[in-house]
Amino acid sequence: MTNVQKNRLKDQLFKFWGIGCTLIGLVLLIIFIGGILIDGLSRIDWAFITDLPSRKAEKSGIWTPLMGSVWILVLTAIISFPISVAAGVYLEEYAKKNRLSALLEINISNLAGVPSIIYGLLGLEVFVRIMSLGASVLAGALTLSLLILPIIIVATREAIKAVPSSIRDASYALGASKWQTIWNQVLPASSGGILTGVILALSRAVGETAPLIVVGALAYVPFAPSGPLDQFSVLPIQIFNWISRPQQGFIDNAAAAIIILLLITFVMNGIAVYFRNKWQKKLQ
Amino acid sequence: MNVIMTENTENLNTEDKIAEKYKLQTKDVNVFYGDFQAIKEVSMNIKPNSITAFIGPSGCGKSTFLRLFNRMNDYIEDFKMEGKIKIDDTNIYKNKIQLEQLRKQVGMVFQKPNPFPKSIFENVAYGLKIQGIKDKKLIAARVEKALVQADLWNEVKDNLNKSALTLSGGQQQRLCIARTLAVEPSILLMDEPTSALDPISTAKIEELIHQLKKEYTIIIVTHNMQQAARISDYTAFFYMGELIEFDKTKKIFTNPDKKRTENYITGRFG
Repeated sequence: MTNVQKNRLKDQLFKFWGIGCTLIGLVLLIIFIGGILIDGLSRIDWAFITDLPSRKAEKSGIWTPLMGSVWILVLTAIISFPISVAAGVYLEEYAKKNRLSALLEINISNLAGVPSIIYGLLGLEVFVRIMSLGASVLAGALTLSLLILPIIIVATREAIKAVPSSIRDASYALGASKWQTIWNQVLPASSGGILTGVILALSRAVGETAPLIVVGALAYVPFAPSGPLDQFSVLPIQIFNWISRPQQGFIDNAAAAIIILLLITFVMNGIAVYFRNKWQKKLQ
Repeated sequence: MNVIMTENTENLNTEDKIAEKYKLQTKDVNVFYGDFQAIKEVSMNIKPNSITAFIGPSGCGKSTFLRLFNRMNDYIEDFKMEGKIKIDDTNIYKNKIQLEQLRKQVGMVFQKPNPFPKSIFENVAYGLKIQGIKDKKLIAARVEKALVQADLWNEVKDNLNKSALTLSGGQQQRLCIARTLAVEPSILLMDEPTSALDPISTAKIEELIHQLKKEYTIIIVTHNMQQAARISDYTAFFYMGELIEFDKTKKIFTNPDKKRTENYITGRFG
């Protein structure tokens, strides 16, 4: 075998190795989703979505945990969005580059990697006990907001960094103040990136289970929450609850609920991708 | 009554004469970036309604010097400035000076066209809107006037709501000029405004600069010696942060006093 042939062989080998590695994740996902679809698809109908939970598998619906998840999602978005975007803008535009800001930066990056159950414990202590909100939707949303704050802050900063400095220069040179420049130029130009970060963070929040269990979300709630101080359950907890039961009927219910949950996160990720593409086009 | 009137007019006239003499004065200006001295003891006076070209090799400090006049260097970390810069007899580096006011008076056009990712109209209207002007008719009138002045109106009047990014490079640069003119400054700073453009767009902008001279005091940084010779009344040659020579353009290009200026002009270095 000549050297050229050897190199070509190595090239081919690595190519197939790469294809194999790429496929592992994909194949596993397909098997998983396939299994769930077989188990759960027949269970999904309008009644499954609008029914309250029941002791009988075939009569059970996901209305209360679905509404719990929606409540959590909306409240978390309302709480986390302004706080984290403001923090991101401050760190990127106002904070002087010194040791303190470097320390803050490292801390926020690290916070994004803290296990979610730790946030659950923090939420339990601060929101449930000290602020005595109880095991309410609000306490859950505040806890999840803490969890996703660092993610959105990091995304906001990246998006702001990507705004060309020439746009800032142009705004300042026309006599704009710092705030006018940020509000009229920097934020609109980075809104796609910020929105992408927010949506991805929220889709993570929708799937979170551990911190909410710690905060005191229930596995069984008879009614959907009607206010921020009501008790609640969320889809992942309902799924966990159903899947741990012996009857096949509940296993099927769990599969069906997983399909709904996946659908929600896929749609949210899709929206995020849409915004990102639109934003990239706009800046070029 | 009559006496007072004449006195007043006389006063006005003399003040006018002083103000008219020099639009912009700098005295013993030094600029430091940390330990590096970018500008060394530069003093120059610039007359109103004149075009002054700053020439010199890359890194000679001409852009830094230009950016002093609207204080755009303030954003650079470790930037330090000594000396005096006066515009219309006001020291613009006094603490009390408002940057927003200064920049309304001293407009700037950058090297690369940098329109905002917004509509053509919004680009030109931006400088007015941030001043708090809300009168839509007034804004529309000023936008049109600025676009006419920048010789762009006929090309864009039917597409004012189109994104500014759809324009060609030359059109974008004229849009940036229009955007600056809409604020009605009295001084125009141009930092190599044609270096990213093709010859036809460049010619258009040069002609435009020539027309604008009637109403504005223009300072232009350029790498293109022919451009400096073509359009400017005065030329300043910078080298290593020093102002080597500053005189009428004709003199600089035909009979410079300093050997270094002559070497640079004739292409022996730089």
